Order: sequence, then C-alpha cells, then structure tokens
Amino acid sequence: MRTIRFLLQKEFSQIFRNKALLPMILIAPLLQLWILPLAADYEVKNVNIAIVDHDRSGASRDLLHAITSSGYFRMVGYSASYPQALKEIETDRADLILEIPLHFETNVVRQGHEELLVAVNAINGVKASIGASYLSKILQTFNAHLALQWQEMPNTNVRPSVEVISSNWFNPHLNYRFFMVPGILAVLVTLIGSYMTALNIVKEKEVGTIEQINVTPIKKHHFILGKLIPFWIIGMAVFTIGLFAIAMGLYGIVPVGSIVLLYFFLAVYLIAVLGFGLLISTYAATQQQAMSIAFFFIMIFILMSGLFTPIESMPGWAKVIAHLNPVTYFIEVMRMIVLKGSGLKDILPQIGIITLFALVFNGWAIWNYRKTS
Amino acid sequence: MKRFIAFIKKEFLHVFRDRKSLLMLFGLPIAQIILFGFALTNEINHAKILIVDQAKDRASAEIIQKIAASRYFEITDYNADANSIEPEFKKGNVTLALVFPNHLYGDLLHNNNASVQVIADASDPNTATTLTNYIQSIISEYNQQVALATTAGIRIIPQIRMLYNPELKAAPNFVPGVIALILMLVCVMMTSVSIVREKEMGTMEVLLVSPFRPLFVVLSKAVPYLVLSLINLAVILLLSVFLMDLPVKGSIILLFAESTLFIITALSLGLLISTATASQEIAMLLSLMGMLLPTLLFSGFMFPIENMPWPLQLISHIIPARWFYIIVKSIMIKGLGLSAIWKETLILAGMAAFFLVVSIMKFKKRLE
Repeated sequence: MRTIRFLLQKEFSQIFRNKALLPMILIAPLLQLWILPLAADYEVKNVNIAIVDHDRSGASRDLLHAITSSGYFRMVGYSASYPQALKEIETDRADLILEIPLHFETNVVRQGHEELLVAVNAINGVKASIGASYLSKILQTFNAHLALQWQEMPNTNVRPSVEVISSNWFNPHLNYRFFMVPGILAVLVTLIGSYMTALNIVKEKEVGTIEQINVTPIKKHHFILGKLIPFWIIGMAVFTIGLFAIAMGLYGIVPVGSIVLLYFFLAVYLIAVLGFGLLISTYAATQQQAMSIAFFFIMIFILMSGLFTPIESMPGWAKVIAHLNPVTYFIEVMRMIVLKGSGLKDILPQIGIITLFALVFNGWAIWNYRKTS
Repeated sequence: MKRFIAFIKKEFLHVFRDRKSLLMLFGLPIAQIILFGFALTNEINHAKILIVDQAKDRASAEIIQKIAASRYFEITDYNADANSIEPEFKKGNVTLALVFPNHLYGDLLHNNNASVQVIADASDPNTATTLTNYIQSIISEYNQQVALATTAGIRIIPQIRMLYNPELKAAPNFVPGVIALILMLVCVMMTSVSIVREKEMGTMEVLLVSPFRPLFVVLSKAVPYLVLSLINLAVILLLSVFLMDLPVKGSIILLFAESTLFIITALSLGLLISTATASQEIAMLLSLMGMLLPTLLFSGFMFPIENMPWPLQLISHIIPARWFYIIVKSIMIKGLGLSAIWKETLILAGMAAFFLVVSIMKFKKRLE
C-alpha cells in the first residue's frame, strides 16, 4: 500500500510539473465537446436550386413560387440553358437543377400532362434523395392545386383516410445536440484514457527509466496500479467537467436517469479503457509505435461505435465488430441514462459486457507484460 | 546533394524498420475504405418496431402487413401491451412503437377518418424523424389503396436524373473524404512525432552539429512520409476502382499533383508542431486532438458545412482538408480540370507557404 502511495505521488508530480500536458488533457477535450456538437448536424436544409425556365409563363412562375415558399429550397439563380446550370452544380453553388420545358403551361392546360427535368448532384446520396423527395412532395401539392384551379373537379366527397399522429419521446424538440453531446463525451474520455496510459508507459520504456523501476522491489502489480490510478482519476475529472460544465451548463442537457449509476458505469468502463491502453503499451517499443497502434484501433472504435451512423443499419459482420467494441456500449449507456432515464435493470447486460472487457484487457496486458520485461 | 540522399536513406531506414507502425499506416486506409464502403451508412434499415394492436381488424392487419414487407422495419412484437412501450424504449430494444386504436376499420368506414399513433424514441432525432416519415408514407400508400376516387387529372411528373452517382452509392462521397483524412493524419502526426523524437532522445543535437544544414535535416525527415503518403493514395485509388467500382473520372496526373501539394501542406504543419513542442507526448496529443476530429468534421464529408453556425463555417476555412476534399471530389467524381479548382489550389499553396515560413523561422530561433 505504501509503495503504491509513493508511486502515485511520483506520477502525479510528473503530470502536474508538465506545464504543457495538463492543459492538453483538460482544455482540448472540453473545447471539442463544446464545438463539435454544433458542427455535427445531418439535417438536410437549404437545398440550393438552379432554375432553367424556358417557358416563363404564369404556370411556371406559380410553380417556382410554390418551391421557394416551401422553405426547403434556396433559389441560387436563373440560368439560360442546361449546360450553364450544370456549371453551377460543378462549382457546388447549386445542388439541384430544375428545367421547365417550353410550352409548359399550354401542355399542362391542354393535355393535363407534362414532364419536368430535375437533375440532382448525387455525390452525397442521402442529400440528393432527400432533396428530390422534397421536390416531388411539392409537385404533388402543386398538381392538386392546379386541378382545383383549372379543372372543375368536384372535390366535395371526403375520402376515407387514416391519419398519423406522431409523438417523439425523450427528446420532443428533436434536438440533435442532445444526441451528440453524450456520445462525444464518451469518445473523448476513451481517447484520453487509452492514449495517455499507452504513451505514458511506453515513454518510460523509450527513455529507459522503466529499467530503474524494474530493479527496485516494486512489484509488477504495484507498478501497473500506480500507472492506472492517476489516469483513472483524470478520466473521471474530464468526464465530470464535461458533464456538468459543458453538457449541463452550456447545452442544458440534464441527465434524466441516475447520475450515480452513470458514474458507476464510467468507473468500470475506464478500467477497461485503461486496460486497453496498457495492452498497447506492452506491444509497443516506442511512443511513435504506440501512437500508430492506438490510432488504428481508436479510429475503428469511433467509426464503429454508432456515434455518427446507426449500428442497426450495418451488415451482419459489421454488427459483430460493433459489438466487440467497448465504445459502443459506453455511448449506448450514456444515451440511455442521460436521455431516457434508463435504470440499473435496463443496463445490466452492458455492465456485464464492460466488466468482461475490463477483465480481458487487463488480464491480457498483465500476462503479456510479465513476458516482455 | 550526396549528403542529402544519405540523410533521406537514414530516414527511410527508420520508417521501414518500425514494422508495427508501418503495418498500421497501410492498414488504416484499407480498413477505413472497407468500413465506409460496406459498414457505415446514414440510411436506416431494419429498425426495430413494436406494434400495439388494439384494433385487430382488416385495416390494422393490412397496414401491419405493409410494414412487415418493408425493408426499413423489423417487427419485434406484433401484439404488445401499451404499457410495455416505455420499458422497451428504456432497454433500447425498439426505436418505434405503433398504436392502432380500437375500431380502426369501423371509424375509417363510418367517419371517413381514423388515426393511428406513432411513438418514436427520439433520443436519436434523425432516426426518429426518418422512421416516422417511413410510417407516414406507408400509411398514405394504404390510404390511396382505400380511396375510392383517384387524384385529379393533372399530373406534372418530375423526371429525376441523379448526376455523378446514379445509384446513390455512398462511395463517391466518402472516398475523397478518406483520402483527405488519411493523408492529413499520416503526414501531420508522423512528421511531428519523428522530429520531436530526435529532440527528446538527444540525437537532434548530434545531427545539428554535423556539417549538414539544419534545414535539410528537417526536410529529409519529411521525404519518407511524402513517399508513404503517395503509396497510400495509390492504394486507396486502387481499392476505390476495383472494390468500390469508382473510377477516377478526371486526370490522374492532376490528382497526384494536387495530392502532393496537400501532402506538402500537411508536412509543413507537422513541422510547425514539432518545432513548437518539446516532447512526443505533447506533439501527439496536439496533432491527434487538434487534427483528428476537426479534420473529420470540418472537411465537410460527414456533416454538411452549410448547416454549421457561421463561426464554425469560418473556422472550416482554415482546415486544409476542406479545400483538398473539394479538389479530390472535383477531379475524381466530376471529372473537372484545373480551371475549376485553381482557387482551392491557390489556397492550399498559400497555407503550405505560410506553415513552412513560420516553422523555418521558429526552427532557426531554437538553434540560437
């Protein structure tokens, strides 16, 4: 116990004496937690539309009015021809071209049928299909509106229809930031925990000071505990500041569920993450190596965690990877407790899995550590 | 010149002897292309839905059948209890609940109007809105089926043409993004660390007292990563052509020339970080924390820049990857030439010059 206390003292004075390190650990992640949720917004709005109107009639003007007043589209300008409008797409000034043919009005009135050309910049497939479906929706209403105007259709008979009443639970204003902030906080804690542990231990290897420790009567588990406990505390501190100052203070996200439960999960999760950092450090000889190994895995952990894209839509093999990823469970639990108020019983499976991760990572690291030194 | 070549040789040996790092450097772009290509999608499929069917009549049965047939939904429970919605949401087992009221079909026939309730777990607002929209369109399809009269005679039909990406695949959007991300990170992180390392180990002193000019000591550090990045680019392009069916539409020479410019920008940024920091730990955290997420977000390939608040849009202008992403997209996907991207090219060149000048100035100061 006394040995560990001295080791902790050594680690903490090393960390606090490094004037550049502490702000990097504390300020950089919190700054990101503040800025990134503002940037992460998928919602498709303001589709820029370029118009080629060969008809210039009352009907085409009405149609354009219907499109601009819908609120989804922003008119960037009229082009004289299709090739000219294509230039607007090439330079990314427009996302979509609408070409209204000559004799549009005459054809609509006489034949009741006309075709429009819509060309969409589909490099971003999701945005393209949403933009096109907005436009189709507007055209449908416009068709009905024309029918009322020009054809004397008896529109008195009420048709039977089922109405959809929707309600959104847990996040009634559909605020995307409520979804992103807990997820990003989880990722930042993971980054700090795994990176700092891996780098710190490898640094002792690279500089050679680990040899000095190896010749002292300090036991292996003392050394490892002495390394893990400081970073466990730092991880807790970063999370606490992030949760109370940024998530609650800045974004007004007050956890619905129990904060004690959240901290309990975090405590176990951090042990798993630190174990992962420890594991990397046993395989790496230099800090550069540790960094590239950690970077490789963390990149995959982040992408496969469901932070940005839903896990449900992944193919089977990718779901397996996502479920072998500890970050997935922490993001899940963060969102469950903070947004939905899930209780201990709801997150029992996740607690079990994370405990398993903690045991495997740390066990593997300690086993491998003994062999190398 | 001979000395310079000898130094470059030394740097190459450093890089190639570190097998583990090398494996990660080449493994990462391959893993990313595969993940982005086959695993990650914004589309929502197989969402788990729970049905509370209090009606149990023709109308509810027909709607349920339509939902079951749709690839967007996976029905977990056809006949759940209304009280089970909340606990199921809290466990995260389902994301949507659909409640059919009593006498649905009767109301529809006699009152011409009935309603069903959709309850979404909106903790993920995107999924919630998308799924609600899917349900809405399934039900309006049902309404049309039930409707006796068809819609009015006038029809203006849009003929939709999807430019550049007719099958709406994800690859044309993310391959340029992955290229920008990988080149940026490999160049910035690896150079910054490799120079600081010599400082930290004390070998920098040895190099600096050699008759070789200090500037070239640093430049020779950058050469292996330039070569490595170009190989990485070639690997990504090969994967995108053969695995993703995404050919390079424009000039490959232009693409490599622009990439070299971007790599030089990134390398000079790495240089700047390494002259400004004293230990590998700080250099890494700075290039990782300062580069990884901002590059991912502000290059515009994951999240649309025009949605961001204006201060962030301003910030995105100083992220080199943003401009390079536009360049790669223009050459690779749209098949445009230099005349379309000269502005972005100039901006990158300006950034490279700025980073280089600042880091050389700083570097000289450290020698005194």
